[in-house]
Amino acid sequence: MKFAVVVNEGPYTHQASDTAYQFTKAALEKGHEIYRVFFYHDGVNNATRLTVPPQDERNVQKNWSELAEKNALDMVVCIAAAQRRGILDEGEAKRHGKGEGSANIAPGFRISGLGQLIEAGIQADRLVVFGD
Amino acid sequence: MSTLHTVNKSPYERGSLDSCLAHALPGDAVLLIEDAVVGARAGSTRVAEALKAAMPGCTIHVLGPDLAARGIPADAVVEGVSVVDYGGFVDLAATHDKSQAWL
Repeated sequence: MKFAVVVNEGPYTHQASDTAYQFTKAALEKGHEIYRVFFYHDGVNNATRLTVPPQDERNVQKNWSELAEKNALDMVVCIAAAQRRGILDEGEAKRHGKGEGSANIAPGFRISGLGQLIEAGIQADRLVVFGD
Repeated sequence: MSTLHTVNKSPYERGSLDSCLAHALPGDAVLLIEDAVVGARAGSTRVAEALKAAMPGCTIHVLGPDLAARGIPADAVVEGVSVVDYGGFVDLAATHDKSQAWL
């Protein structure tokens, strides 16, 4: 079955990002397809490569990036929510004159628009939302 | 058309479980996750009574890892409530036509 997952909460806020991650992992382990993981609202904060949590603690951003790499996940960050919160890829950093090296999007994430959420809702069999 | 309802806030803190139970239809499933799992604890509470009252029509489930994280033994939940793991959460999402998160 095709699942789409929406994450509306940032890392280390409450528990939604962790629950979404565990759900996505379990769905993949059961042989389901994850059509897309869409990060919206404060959920876009999961996509910064600049987080440095203590080494003996779970690394929410890295967990997502590794899961994406291992399973070729399509992880999309809402562009308007990302710009408000300072999540930039190379193109956006350049477009807004933020200077060389200021792109901070983590591996496995890509910035796109809300249309990607709508499309995921249409294409996937189930859309499961996680938030605060 | 059946729905999986997920509730993630304690029923002693927010009204989302009450709203959910008021809207859930026969054949639907309600899954308590995150802080909502405290509502599944057996006892003479208003919440336990509400879950029992909902159960002839709906199935009620609670996420085991979240129960454990809050020190609630899996056998201390309201009778009839089933304890599931993340795989069980996926199964519930797959076997119901849609899912509704009561955020």
